[in-house]
Amino acid sequence: MCLAVPGKILNITGDDVLRSGTVSFGGINKMVSLAYVPEAKVGDYVIVHVGFAISIVDESEARQTFEYLRQMGELGELEQPS
Amino acid sequence: MRYVDEYRERAAAQRYARAIARRTTRPWAIMEVCGGQTHSIVKYGIDELLPKEITLLHGPGCPVCVTPVELIDKATQIAARPEVIFCSFGDMLRVPGTSGDLFSVKAQGGDVRIVYSPLDALQAARENPDKQVVFFAVGFETTAPANAMAVYQAHEQGVQNFSVLVSHVLVPPAIEALLNAPDNRTQGFLAAGHVCTVMGYEEYIPLAQKYGVPIVVTGFEPLDILQGILMCVRQLENGRAEVENQYARSVRRKGNVPAQALVTRVFCVVPRKWRGVGMIPQSGLGLRDEFAAHDAESRFGVAAYSVEEDSECMSGEVLRGVRKPQECPAFGGRCTPEHPLGATMVSNEGACAAYYRYRRFEQRVAAATKGD
Repeated sequence: MCLAVPGKILNITGDDVLRSGTVSFGGINKMVSLAYVPEAKVGDYVIVHVGFAISIVDESEARQTFEYLRQMGELGELEQPS
Repeated sequence: MRYVDEYRERAAAQRYARAIARRTTRPWAIMEVCGGQTHSIVKYGIDELLPKEITLLHGPGCPVCVTPVELIDKATQIAARPEVIFCSFGDMLRVPGTSGDLFSVKAQGGDVRIVYSPLDALQAARENPDKQVVFFAVGFETTAPANAMAVYQAHEQGVQNFSVLVSHVLVPPAIEALLNAPDNRTQGFLAAGHVCTVMGYEEYIPLAQKYGVPIVVTGFEPLDILQGILMCVRQLENGRAEVENQYARSVRRKGNVPAQALVTRVFCVVPRKWRGVGMIPQSGLGLRDEFAAHDAESRFGVAAYSVEEDSECMSGEVLRGVRKPQECPAFGGRCTPEHPLGATMVSNEGACAAYYRYRRFEQRVAAATKGD
C-alpha cells in the first residue's frame, strides 16, 4: 500500500493545495498533486504515492547506493570470505 | 525507468550479497517493517542471497493486513446502503470480514468503486450530489497526507456528501509494541522508506537508543534492501544501535514538513486496534473534531460496532515475525489468495500472499520430500 513510484514533472499548474502537474512514469503520464512539494520544478523527479508527490528525488544521494559499493571495494571488503 | 531499473542490477546485488556475507559472523534476525519490502524480498529472492546466519522477519507494515475485522464489517455495512458510493483502494476489496468482503457487496449490487487516489473519491462526491460518497481511508503515515488533503478540500469546498471511514495506523508505536513483546526475536529493523519520506526519522532515534536496536531507513528496490541489510549488519556486528538512512534520495531527516502540517491539521493521534496484534495505544490517526462532520462512522451510526477476531488465522504471529507463513496448517490449502482466511493472504504485500505467489513450488517439493 505504501507503493510509491518515481516520475518526472512535465508541467505545473495551480497554487497552494491545488498545485498539481503532469508527471511522466517511463512514458505514461498522470496528473499528480504537487501540493506537498512546493519547491519542485519542471524536470525534477518526484516520488509519487496515490496521486501525491511526497518528495523530490535527490540526484547526488541517489548515486550513494553505488558509491557505497565502490568505497567498500576500496576497503577490500568485497572479496569472497575465505 | 530512471531511479528504478538501476536499483535492480544483478552484478551490484551480488556484490552487496558478498559484502553482507563477509561482514556476518553471528546469527542475526532483522525485520523489514513494510509490506512493500516483504514483497520485493520474496519476489526477487533477496533472502536467498543472504548468508544462513541472517533471518529476515516480515513485519506488520501492511495496512490491509492490520485493519481489524470490525472495520471491514463497518465498511461492508456502509457500502451496502443504497444511497452510498463506497470508494476504496483495490486491495481492501477482498479482505474478509465477519460476513463477506466488499467484493461480495459489489456483487450484490452495492456501488463499490476502486480508486487510485482519495481525490478521485472526492471528485465522485462532487459529481454525485444526491449520493453519499464514502472513502475507506486506510494506510500508514505515507498515505495520511493524501487522505488528509481529501478531507481538507471537502471541508473547505463544502462537499458535504463526502465522508471517510478512517483506519490510519502509525509505525513507531507498532515497532515499540513488537520490541516489548516477550516473544520478540527482532534485533534490527529496516524502517519503511516511504513512511519516513513523509515523517522523517527523528522519532526512531529514541527507539534505537531505548531498545538498543539498529534502525536503517530503507527503500524498496533490491539494491536498496541489500544495502539496508548491510548497514544493519554492520551496526549489529559492531554493537551499534543507531538510526541510519539508506533511502536518502527520498528521505530527509525531518521528512515532508508541508505534508505533516496538513496531517496534523486534519488528524489527531488515537488508540487503534491492529488485526492480529490487538489494541496499541496512540498507534493511529482519527479525525479532529473540526472535521467530525466528514466521519463516516458517526454519519452512518456504526461507531459502536465491535467484533472479536476469528482464531483460526495466525496472521498475528506472522505480522509480529514470530512464525513464517508456511508454518500455518491452513497455508496454501484452506487459505489461498482466492479464499483467504486472513488479511496476510489477501494483500500483495502480505507475507502469506507473497510466499504463496513466489514460493509455493519449492514448499510443495519440501513437503513432498519430508513425506518420503
